[in-house]
Order: sequence, then structure tokens, then C-alpha cells
Amino acid sequence: MTRLILTKCLSLIVSLLAASLIIFFVVEIIPGDPAAFMLGLNASPETITALQQQLGLNGDPLTRYFEWVLGMLRGDFGTSYTYRVPVAELVLDRLEVSLPLALYALVLTALIAFPVGMLAAVWRGRVADYGIMGLTQLGIAVPNFWFAMILVLIFAVGLGWFSAGGFTGWDQGILSGLKSLTLPAIALAVTQASILARIMRSSLIETLGQDYIRTARAKGLSERTTLIRHALRNALIPVMTIIGLQFSFLLAGAIIIENVFFLPGLGRLIFQGITQRDLIVVESVVMILVFAVILVNFLVDVAYAAIDPRLRTR
Amino acid sequence: MKHLPIQLLVGAALSIAFPVAAAISFLWTPHPVEVLDISARLLSPGKSHILGTDHFGRDLLSMLMVGTQTSIGVAIVAVGIGLLVGTPFGLAAAWGHHSAFDEVIMRGNDLVFAFPSLVIAILITAVFGPSAFNAILAIGIFNIPVFARVTRGAALSLWQQDYILAARVAGKGPVRISLEHILPNLVNLLLVQATIQFSLGILAEAGLSYVGLGVQPPTPSWGRMLADAQTLIYTHPRLAILPGLAIVTMVLGLNLLGDGLRDFLDPRIRHRR
Repeated sequence: MTRLILTKCLSLIVSLLAASLIIFFVVEIIPGDPAAFMLGLNASPETITALQQQLGLNGDPLTRYFEWVLGMLRGDFGTSYTYRVPVAELVLDRLEVSLPLALYALVLTALIAFPVGMLAAVWRGRVADYGIMGLTQLGIAVPNFWFAMILVLIFAVGLGWFSAGGFTGWDQGILSGLKSLTLPAIALAVTQASILARIMRSSLIETLGQDYIRTARAKGLSERTTLIRHALRNALIPVMTIIGLQFSFLLAGAIIIENVFFLPGLGRLIFQGITQRDLIVVESVVMILVFAVILVNFLVDVAYAAIDPRLRTR
Repeated sequence: MKHLPIQLLVGAALSIAFPVAAAISFLWTPHPVEVLDISARLLSPGKSHILGTDHFGRDLLSMLMVGTQTSIGVAIVAVGIGLLVGTPFGLAAAWGHHSAFDEVIMRGNDLVFAFPSLVIAILITAVFGPSAFNAILAIGIFNIPVFARVTRGAALSLWQQDYILAARVAGKGPVRISLEHILPNLVNLLLVQATIQFSLGILAEAGLSYVGLGVQPPTPSWGRMLADAQTLIYTHPRLAILPGLAIVTMVLGLNLLGDGLRDFLDPRIRHRR
């Protein structure tokens, strides 16, 4: 087990290094001179040199890369060119919106998918199963930002239960913060819940066909106990992997959904960064997103080995 | 005559309808989409504009038809990139199974998986500015590991087959075996995967264009139409509802087609029915 975790840690570090190299190459090498790029066509050579010095963009690329990586390890992500404040500050501020949103959506995804997938598996082949499967097909086909607009139309404009956008902030209480994230989280969760429910269903159907389930039934266990104690646990293994993968889609989706609800999250920060050519902000936010995705998948891998003893020996 | 499943038929019908609409729009649309007619702005559906007009007075039906071109065009090229680059990588990795080459390709795959197409698009756009080309590139790059992985997985089991051994005994090299014996057996699988990636590509293009990282105005695109409609959603919800319905219908059709094809082309499932 320790060896497995060590190997996984090593591959985590290698992945992060490789990802940072790619990001650094695209953002700081491809544009030629990043400082000139940020200032645009009409910048004088003096301003460019000044900005280079200010942002630490003079010096050879290799040194810059190491300074960037070492800085990030210390929590220093550089200074935003447009905001004139440390990028780490900006990002932490925005993460207070984006991260809870993605996690909220992840919880909703599991809360919807587990029971729905279970019911479809138990009712396999019946009308209810077909109905559920049809709905999940629809859920997969819906673009989440469009679904978000429809939710706004129904629940904000029509019924007036929620506000159409904006974020009240956490200092007004957790409930009020969660309320402003509810519609966005539902919009995000629908697609992923549909995918997960289908996986839950097929995984459970496969498990229910195993010999040990027949044994459990034969020794007189109720259908309920068989399902919950024997089938569900094993059926959850593939489901867990998918949940890990889904987190990255939820985080990316959150960036788009924030646009619909005018939420001050990472998405807003990064799109402003793009239009204002603030490469330092783009570079850091992308690195943080990729870091989150790689880290979550690493954690899923390790959790997987912890749950399933068969995977430890491999 | 084999019995075609209803899911496959519905999927195929929907999947054909959109390319047909796109093809027609090359020759004819009810109204031209380049012409702005402010006097006809935000008209409700009526005789001359079946679905009404947008805030520039452009005919919504015509915009949707031309938008289909954009969606299909972006998605097709993006799937093509994935297929053309990913499949050879997958074939090569399967042949060199457990070699350093295989390891490098699979690790590279994992790495690209950590970059969702939105993040790739963000990176490219930050440096080169937004364009339809960048959207295609971002979705295409995201597709490469998908196809590489699917190809490698299936090719690995094919390499264990007796007829591959026979081909090796006959003196065929790995490249010829991959192309003449492995690849033809993967066509069904790749077809199904291509359908799935195609529908994901349509969703991705809509998302990227919606946030302004994809197709730029004045080129009509469903995602851009939704972005434009957002501020008008209170007064003219029709403008936000219709492009979304177009996306849902097309993606639903493609998904049904993909699932139907998979079941239909897989002989094991077919016999069970």
C-alpha cells in the first residue's frame, strides 16, 4: 500500500511538472515577448522594459520557469498586470465562489444519480426504467449553460424563488450564499447526474447478476439487505472513478455557468484576463485548474486502492 | 433483413435532419443572415419570419440554419483531428505494449486528460485571440487521447488473436499488421466513438462560442446566439429557448445514433435481443 501511494505520488509530481511546462511554454514562450504582448502594438520600448522588470519577465526562459514554479510552491503566483495585486489574492477571492459551486454541484450529482440509478437497475426493463433512461439521455444532451438560462426563466423570472444572478457573499450567512449558488449548481449537476445515473444502473445490474448475490438471496437475506449490503458496495467502485473524473468537468463547467449568473468566480477572472491580455492571471488560473484536476484524480486513485484490496497487490 | 432498433432509427433521422438543414442553408435561407434590418428587430413569429427575428432584425430560422453549418463544421474537423492523430498513437502503443513508448504515450494521454477542452481553449485564446479555428483546435486536441485510448484498448486484445500470430509468422511487420488486420477490426468501435465525440464537440463548440472563445460575430453560431439572447431573456425568451432546443435535439439524435450503432454493431448484444 505504501509503495503504491509512493508510486502514485511520484507520477503526480511528474504530471504536475509536465503540465506546468506546457502552460509556461504556451503562455510565456509562444507569444515571443510576453510584456510586449500584454501592452499591445503601440507600447514604447521603455514601457516594455519597465513592465518586464516589474513582472520579472526579463531573464532567460529557464530561470523564469523555475522562478515561477518555486514561487507557486511558496504561494506566490506573481502580480496581475491589470489589477496590480498579487494573483494569489485574486484567485483565493474567486475560489470562494467557484470551488463551493463545483462541490455543491458534485454533491447534487451524487444525490440525484445514486437513487435514480438504483431505481432504474432494480426496475430494469420496466416502464419506469425506460422513462428514467430517456430522461438521462435528455440530461446528457442539454448544454448546461442553456439549462441554466431556462432555470433562470422558470425560477427567477417566472416564480421569483431565486434571484436571477449575482452572489451575496458568505459573510451574509452560509444559507444565503448557498441560495445564490443553487440554480447554478443544479444546472451543472444535471448533465453529470445523468451520466452517473446511467453508470450506476449498469454497474448495479452487472453486480446483481453475480453468483454471490444469488448466494445472498439463497441464504434468505431480504432483497433490501442483498441490495444495500452486497450489491451496492461492489457496484460503487466504477461509480467512484467516474465521480473523480466528473469533478474536472464540473470545475470547467462552473467557469461557463458563472457567466450566466454573473458570479464573481474564477471564470470571470480568467475571461477578463484574456480580454485584457493579463497573461500572468491566465497562466496561474489555468495552472490551478489543472492542478485541481490532477490532484482529484490522484486522490480517487488512492481511495480506490484503499477501498478495493484487489487493486493493492497489483 | 435485420431488425433495426427504434433508437437507431430515431437517432439517424435526427442526425440526418441537421446536416440536411445545413446543406440547404448553403444554397438558400428564408432571409439572408448578413443583412441587418433594424426596422424588423425583435419581431414575433409571423408570416414572413416563421420563428421571428433577433435584436438586429435577422431572421431566427435562417440564423439557426446557418448556425448548423458552424456546429457541424467545427465538430467534424475536431473529430477528424482526434481520429487522425489519436488512432495511430493508439495502434503504436498497442503494438509496443509495456515498452517505454507505450508508457510515454499513455502518460501523455493522462496529461492531456487533465486539460479539459475549455482550458485548452483558454490557453490558446489568451495567446492567439478568439476564433473558430482555435475552438476546433481545442476540441480536437481534447479528442486525441480519447481516440488513442479506445484504439489501444481494443487493439491490445486483438494482438492476442491467432490470426495476428499467423500474420506475424507469414512475415508481416507490425505496421502492416496494424493497418491490414487490427485497424479494419476497429472500424465499428471508432465509428461509435466518433459519433459520441461529435455530439460532445457540438456541445463544446456551443459552450466556447457562448463565452466568446469560439466562433466570432458575424458568423452565426448557436452558442453566440445564446450569448446574445442572454440580456433579452426577460423580454424575448424565444431567442434563448430556440437555439438551445436546436442543440439539444441534434446532440440527442447523435447520442441515440451512437448507442443504437453500438448495440447494432456488437454481435453479442444483437444475438441477445
